[in-house]
Amino acid sequence: MLRFLIFRTLAMMGSLLLISALIFFIINLPEGDFISNQIAELKATGQENLIAEALFKQQLYSLDRPLWEQYLIWLGVAPGEGGYTGLLQGELGWSFELNKSVAEVIGDGLWLTLVVNLAAVLFVYAVALPLGVISAVKANSWVDYLAAFVGYIGLATPNFLLALILLYYGKQHLDLPIGGLMAAEFEGQPMSWDKMGSILTHLIVPTIVIGTAGTAAMSQRLRANMLDELNKPYVTTAKAKGASPIRRIVRYPLRMALNPFVADIGNLLPQLVSGSVLISVVMSLPTIGPILLDALKSQDHLLSGFILLFIAFLTLIGMLLSDLLLALLDPRIRTGARKR
Amino acid sequence: MTGIEAGAPPKRPRFVDSAPYHPDDDPTDGARPELDAPAWRLALRRLMRHRLAAASGVFLLTLYLMLPFMGFFAPYGPNEKDIEHLQMPPQSIYWFDEGGFVGPYVVKTDAKADLATMRWTYHEDHSVKLPIKFFCEGAEYRILGGLFTSKLHLFCAPEGGSVHLLGTDKVGKDVFSRILYGAQLSMIVGLLGIFISFAIGVTLGGLAGYFGGLLDAAVMRLIEVLRSLPELPLYLALAAAVPPNWSSLSVFLMITVILGVLDWPGVARAVRSKFLALREEDFVSAAELMGASPGRVVRRHLLPNFASHLVASAALSIPAMILGETALSFLGLGLRYPDVSWGVMLNDALSLSAITLQPWLLTAVAPVVLVVLAFNFLGDGLRDALDPYSER
Repeated sequence: MLRFLIFRTLAMMGSLLLISALIFFIINLPEGDFISNQIAELKATGQENLIAEALFKQQLYSLDRPLWEQYLIWLGVAPGEGGYTGLLQGELGWSFELNKSVAEVIGDGLWLTLVVNLAAVLFVYAVALPLGVISAVKANSWVDYLAAFVGYIGLATPNFLLALILLYYGKQHLDLPIGGLMAAEFEGQPMSWDKMGSILTHLIVPTIVIGTAGTAAMSQRLRANMLDELNKPYVTTAKAKGASPIRRIVRYPLRMALNPFVADIGNLLPQLVSGSVLISVVMSLPTIGPILLDALKSQDHLLSGFILLFIAFLTLIGMLLSDLLLALLDPRIRTGARKR
Repeated sequence: MTGIEAGAPPKRPRFVDSAPYHPDDDPTDGARPELDAPAWRLALRRLMRHRLAAASGVFLLTLYLMLPFMGFFAPYGPNEKDIEHLQMPPQSIYWFDEGGFVGPYVVKTDAKADLATMRWTYHEDHSVKLPIKFFCEGAEYRILGGLFTSKLHLFCAPEGGSVHLLGTDKVGKDVFSRILYGAQLSMIVGLLGIFISFAIGVTLGGLAGYFGGLLDAAVMRLIEVLRSLPELPLYLALAAAVPPNWSSLSVFLMITVILGVLDWPGVARAVRSKFLALREEDFVSAAELMGASPGRVVRRHLLPNFASHLVASAALSIPAMILGETALSFLGLGLRYPDVSWGVMLNDALSLSAITLQPWLLTAVAPVVLVVLAFNFLGDGLRDALDPYSER
C-alpha cells in the first residue's frame, strides 16, 4: 500500500511539473505582458517618473529574459534577481495590476474555493448515490424517469443560466441570499457559529448549480452498474437466503457497483472545478474564479499562472485521493500496481 | 473397414427438397432481405425504431440544412436596430378580426418612455391593423458566406409597424432574427470543433495504439495531463491569448480550434484502446503478412471496425463544444460584436435585472437546450443502433 502511495505521488509530481510548464507557456501566449504594456502606455502619456519603477519590476521578475529562463525562475529552480525566489521557495509572485503580492491578492479566496468545491463534491455524492441506487432498483418507474429527465436538463442547460435563475427564484420564494459567500457584516470577522451559518446558506445555490450536471452523469452511471449487478446469481442467492431487501442491495451489489463510482471522481473533479470558476464569476463569489478571469484579461501573468496551477493541483490531489480510496475498496487494483 | 461400418448406426434416408432444382436461379432468392441488408441500412432501421433519436436526427438535419438560409427566415438583419421599439416585449400576432379569419396581422404599437421607472411601456393601438407581408424585400443578407446575397425574406414587418416575435433588446435588435442568425455560428462551432478534435484524436490515438512503445507512453502521458486540467480555466487562458484586433472570422476560427484542441484526449483514449484490442486480431496479422502497409491496415482493416463508435461519440461530444462556446462568449472571451451567436446573446441577457425586467431576452437559451438535448438523444440512439449486438 505504501509503495502504491509513493508511486502515485511521484507520478503526480511529474504531471504537475508538466502542467506547470504548459500553463506558463499558455499564459505567455498573448503578445507582450502587463509591464511592457504599462511602459508603452507611460511613455505615450509622458509619465517618465513612473517608468523607472516599472523597469525595476520588469528586471526584478526577470520579464526581460527568455521565456524558459522566466519559467525556471517562476518555478524557483533558477535564482531570480534581487532575492526573488519563486514558487518552490514559497514566493508566489507579484500581481502587477493590483500592485500586491499574489499571496495577498488570493488570500481567503483559496480556502473559499476549496470549501465551494468540497461542498459540490459532497453534494454530488450525497445525491447521486441514493438516486442512482433507487433508479436502478426501481428501473422504469417514475423515480427513474424523473431522475433521467432532471439529468438531461442539467446536462443541456448552460450552468451559468441555471445559476442566475436559481438565484432569482431562491431570493424570491425562499429568501436565499444573493451573491458573495457570507453576509457583509461577517467579512473579515473571526469564525463563529453565526458566520458559519451565513456561509452555509450562501453555499446552497452555488453547490446545487455546480453539482447538478455531475450528479446527473454520476447517478446514471451508478444506475447502469447497479443494473448489471442486480441480475447476477448472488443477488438471487441473497434473496433465497431471506436477506432483507435493503441488506441484499446495500451489502453486495452496491459494493460492486461502487468502484467505478469512486473512480469516476477523476472525471468529475475537473468538471466541477471548471464549473465553479464560471459560477463564481456569475454569482460574484469571492473565490479565485473572478480573480482568474480579470488576471487573464489584463495579462497579469504571474497571478493567473499561479491560480491555474493551484486549480490543476486541486484536481490532481482529488484524483490521488480517489485512487487511494479505490485501492482501499478494491484489492485487485493494489496488486495490479505492485507488478509494475 | 467393414467392421466399423457394421457398428455405425443405420443410415437415415437423406432429405431431398421435392421442389425442382434450377441451377440458373439467383442464389440470393429466398434470402431474408430484411435481415441480409447492408449494415448501414440495418443500423438506420434500428435508429428509426428509436423514436426520440430519429426525431432528434431529423430536427438537427433540418436545422443544419436551414443554416445557410437563416437570413430568409429572419425578418430583420442580425444587427439591424429598430430604434422605435427598444426593449419591446414579444409582440402578438393576430389572426381573427370581428369573428372572421383575416390572416396574420399585427397592430400598431407605440413606445412611451416611463420616466418614473426609467422603462419603456408599449401600448397597442387596435384601430390600426397592419397585415404581415410575405416573400417581401428587406435587409440584405448573405448566403454561404457571401457567395450570394439576397433581400428576399419569408415575412417582414408591414409599413409603419414591426414584427418582433420574441421582442427586442436594449438597442432595438430583433431577438427572433438574432436567434436564427446565431444558430449559424453556434452550430458550426460544434461541427468544426469536433472535426478538429477527431482529426487530432484519431491520428494520435491511432499512432499510439498501433505502434505502442515509447510513442504510446508519451501520448498517454500527455492525455493524462490534459485530462486532469479543468477545461474552462484552460479555455479562458487560451481564449485570452486571441489578440483583440483580429477580424471576427479569425476569432471564430480560433475559438473553434481551441475547443477542438482541448477535446481530443477523450477521443484519442478511445481510439487507442480499440487499436490495442484490434491489432492482435487474425485478420490484421493476415493483412500484414500479405504486405499491407501500416497506413493501409489502419484505413482498410482497423478504422471501419470502430467508425460507428466514433460517429456515436462525435454526436455526444458536440454539445460540449456548443456549451463551451456559449460559456466563452458569455464571459466576453469568445465571439464578440458584430458576430451573433447564442453565447453572445446570452452575454447581453444574463443579469438579474434582465431576468426581472426583460425575461424574453432569455429565449436564446431555448435553442441551446434543444440542440444539446437533440444531440444527446441522437448520440444515444446511434450508439444503440450501430451496435450489431444490441437487442433492440
